[in-house]
Amino acid sequence: MNAAFRISGAGRLSQARTASFSFDDKSYTGIEGDTLASALLANGVHLVGRSFKYHRPRGFLSAGAEEPNALVQIVRDDARKTPNVRATVQELYEGLTANSQNRWPSLAFDVGAVNDIASPLFSAGFYYKTFMWPKSAWKNLYEPKIRAAAGLGVSPDKPDPDHYAARYAHCEVLVLGGGAAGIAAALAAAETGVRVILCDEQAEFGGSLRFESGARIDGETGYAWAQSAIAKLKAMDNVRVLSRATAFGYYAQNFVALVERVSDHLKSPGRELARERLWQVRAKRVVIATGAIERHMVFANNDRPGVMLASAARTYLNHYGVAVGRNVGVYTANDSAYAAAIDLKKAGVNIAAIVDLRDNPSGPVIDEARTLGIEINFGRAVVSAGGKLRVSSMTVQPKNGGGERTIPVDAILMSAGWTPSVHLFSQSRGKVAFNDETKRFVPGTYAQDCVSVGACNGTDGLAASVDEAYAAGAKAAKDAVGKDSSGKTGKGAKPKVDASESWSRGMLGAAPGAGPGTTIKAFVDFQNDVTAKDIRQAVHEGMHSIEHVKRFTTNGMATDQGKTSNMHGLAIAAETLGKPIPQVGLTTFRAPYTPVTFGSIVGHARGALFDPTRRTAIHPWAARQGAVFEDVGQWKRAWYFPKAGEDMHAAVDRECVTVRKVGGLFDASTLGKIEVVGPDAAKFMELLYTNPWEKLETGRCRYGIMLREDGFIYDDGVVGRLAPDRFHVTTTTGGAPRVMNHMEDYLQTEFPHLNVWLTSITEQWAVVAVQGPKSREIIAPLVEGIDMSDEAMPHMSVREGKICGVPTRLFRMSFTGERGFEVNVPADYGEAVWEALWAEGQKHGATAYGTEAMHVLRAEKGYIIVGQDTDGTVTPNDAGLDWAVGKKKTDFVGIRGLTRPDLVAKGRKQLVGLKTKDPKVVLEEGAQIVEDPKQPVPMKMIGHVTSSYWSENCGRSIALGLVAGGRDRMRQTLYVPMPNGMIEVEVTGMVFVDEKGERLNG
Amino acid sequence: MLLIRCPYCEEERPELEFRNAGEAHIARSANIDAESDDDFEKFFFIRANPKGVIYERWRHIHGCARFFNAVRDTVTDKFVMTYKAGEPKPAKLPGASK
Repeated sequence: MNAAFRISGAGRLSQARTASFSFDDKSYTGIEGDTLASALLANGVHLVGRSFKYHRPRGFLSAGAEEPNALVQIVRDDARKTPNVRATVQELYEGLTANSQNRWPSLAFDVGAVNDIASPLFSAGFYYKTFMWPKSAWKNLYEPKIRAAAGLGVSPDKPDPDHYAARYAHCEVLVLGGGAAGIAAALAAAETGVRVILCDEQAEFGGSLRFESGARIDGETGYAWAQSAIAKLKAMDNVRVLSRATAFGYYAQNFVALVERVSDHLKSPGRELARERLWQVRAKRVVIATGAIERHMVFANNDRPGVMLASAARTYLNHYGVAVGRNVGVYTANDSAYAAAIDLKKAGVNIAAIVDLRDNPSGPVIDEARTLGIEINFGRAVVSAGGKLRVSSMTVQPKNGGGERTIPVDAILMSAGWTPSVHLFSQSRGKVAFNDETKRFVPGTYAQDCVSVGACNGTDGLAASVDEAYAAGAKAAKDAVGKDSSGKTGKGAKPKVDASESWSRGMLGAAPGAGPGTTIKAFVDFQNDVTAKDIRQAVHEGMHSIEHVKRFTTNGMATDQGKTSNMHGLAIAAETLGKPIPQVGLTTFRAPYTPVTFGSIVGHARGALFDPTRRTAIHPWAARQGAVFEDVGQWKRAWYFPKAGEDMHAAVDRECVTVRKVGGLFDASTLGKIEVVGPDAAKFMELLYTNPWEKLETGRCRYGIMLREDGFIYDDGVVGRLAPDRFHVTTTTGGAPRVMNHMEDYLQTEFPHLNVWLTSITEQWAVVAVQGPKSREIIAPLVEGIDMSDEAMPHMSVREGKICGVPTRLFRMSFTGERGFEVNVPADYGEAVWEALWAEGQKHGATAYGTEAMHVLRAEKGYIIVGQDTDGTVTPNDAGLDWAVGKKKTDFVGIRGLTRPDLVAKGRKQLVGLKTKDPKVVLEEGAQIVEDPKQPVPMKMIGHVTSSYWSENCGRSIALGLVAGGRDRMRQTLYVPMPNGMIEVEVTGMVFVDEKGERLNG
Repeated sequence: MLLIRCPYCEEERPELEFRNAGEAHIARSANIDAESDDDFEKFFFIRANPKGVIYERWRHIHGCARFFNAVRDTVTDKFVMTYKAGEPKPAKLPGASK
């Protein structure tokens, strides 16, 4: 049953609980608790992918989140094909199906690997050089080919069927990382009684205790202690423990985003489980305990499958019970690889040799390795790895040159030292400091209320890390509560480290085998295929800042964000430049720490829940009538009401004609409505609108224009005065919120002396526009207490009374040029009143009409729509609305802007009517207008079409446009150049129907 | 996400509830119509863009809906203090080091 490389007695998994899975259509057996990586390694599979650029065969570098090579596609079904999953973090489940990526036709024989042979063409910056000529080839040849060749996995082509949860959480102390330091900090904080959240990206807590066989805490092995401590923390009411939860973003004021993988490790997650859960945590104090990441050695062919980090091999052995080879070589500049060699040797794996770049290191692990009979070579380098689909040998040479010796191996473990994980600290805007002695960047200046502990803080040794973390956890809890705390102090005991392992320093940059001038491939960044030579080349080509080197070579720019490569790249650049490392600079770490799915960020806000949908009270009636709706902002508005057999064109023509002949009903409820109330309401209106309001009589209406301070039209609408101190203001449908904000801004900050209240009443009132010659006859039978005669209620007046027994604000106003009314009723009665009006309307043959007919009817009268016929650079004068600007007024918003030199200059674009010479041709809105059709391209554009429709009432097309000096061009012929030729247009006035306005009373 | 203290609600609330409303302490002239082109340009178009302390307006739009003033450091994004609209520019900033 046992897979070939599973070592009985090693690891922590229960060998009885097997799980079968497939990789590239071949079946294997693993054990529950395995990652895909450990399960494949147990079966002797190292080759799992092809690299991005050169298509080189790749295996596993690591056993964790930093993995740059082992990216696979996990397939659950057609819609669940997740690309670029790190096999080192994907937990195994029964039936897991994984495929390799970036290879064709197969992983072992990949045509794209020709790139490796042709690699001189693809050196650093090749994109910028190679694809420059000829220019036209970029669009037609290079870009399509590159796009086809680029990318690793395949995206699913169906919508994501999973759902994603989201939670907000608050706590006094958030601990990021559940290794020895994180657990110690959480224990100390939790014992004071404050709310603590502890998270870790792994399925099990323990961090490096998963592989450190030499650690003992409180009388237990390190890993066992971690599990007991976690059990203790989980049992506390004030502690939340999150596993499989990666802290990926550290934002302002201790706002930290975590993504918890809820069900990606399960065989068949039910629909009741979210796939992932986004935690947005606000913490008073944050303890960062993110550990350190081991670096690889930079030497020729260091990317061959089987060459991996020493700590990874140790994790596979000590946690998963898997040997990564049978005859293993070790290449190191650091003690920690010795521990890996010792563990493997004790488990029965042959250690071919340890090659140590250092001259005369000493210490207990070196002594122990020697005692075990392992061959140790000091002052030597591995200058090359042999083999292709799997490493087969390592070539060793004295580091200053000399005779080579090739040693057969089936795996190479390497360690160049450990890089503190300062990613989250850096994201918190903290500044790292370079420790010249230990050659590493560690947290320097803090920007937020957080503290780094343990390996990520550059603290060496388990005992020192635990001590530091425990103290920091207790202090964080105390500081979070402040002086007012109940004074509760921890009653637990500090964990006692009985035994630990020690690491000495390592090296940065290229090892001797990848020395200057060589053409060999010694990889710095595995995921982006960046070699030591590429970094040197970038420097030679003039990139002197690490930010430039990074972009030119793409070092550290893959999805692993250079977790293993950044420090090596920096060191090689610094060496080539002859500058100290801090002067070359470290690039800034940004969120996310590891890739995050869009799903977890979007959460439930997709589909119908992406944005609220607003429907009017009359919407159900329109839907029953078969109206076609259009989206206007968040509103659904009835666009037109087709009868059987009618297309949009026919329906709109019929609606337009019927309104002018008889009458029509239109749902105008979406219009923004604001009530302006108070003793100073009129004064306020005077300041916010261009028109005069003080003298407007109660019961009368006025068309108002609102400007911005710069003099341009911001909004418009009809305003009715209900009482000396009460105005019913209407705004455009889309403009309502910004008009309200604009009014509030002036009222609160510029005119706070005015005694006025503003209330948004858009949703309180449903509005039925009844327009057309029969409009009064349609409404009158239903109205009580309002005299609707022309004498008592002329055009532009407003009355309050009752309709169908419910209160109404009845406006006589028109957006069609016909006699018209707008019936405002409380929204709850909107549909009933509409139905009553509709019944009356039918007696006369009236129609319901939608927004399209509304647009045509208003354009026939030259009534503008703000935002369509204006664009934020149009003044009242430009729009032909000078009459609406109070000439005697000394102040209103925009009064000064209107007199700016450019706004009163000649030749401004003015709104005019446009008639095509061929009445059947309907212009395209947005089309440009030119004066001389014979001028060479690019032509001088003098304006554009803003509104254009077929007008059945006019029997021809009509249009409005903004044209330079337009009002001085009446009856001039201008041209609209279109792809299939010039369209001749004549400049006209803006009114196409009833120029004298007689029908308003008709 | 920033936490912002609304001086009217007297509570720290998440940034989502607020909307920035541009630079503070730019008063509209009571006699704006008589302003010179230069003065109007300064009032309407010219804004400070400091590296460091900035005085700006915010609105607690999804809360009490009030406009108020804030002092913020553009380098760290940290709010130094907030105060009610109409109150003068603070002469001394709490904990100011520069």
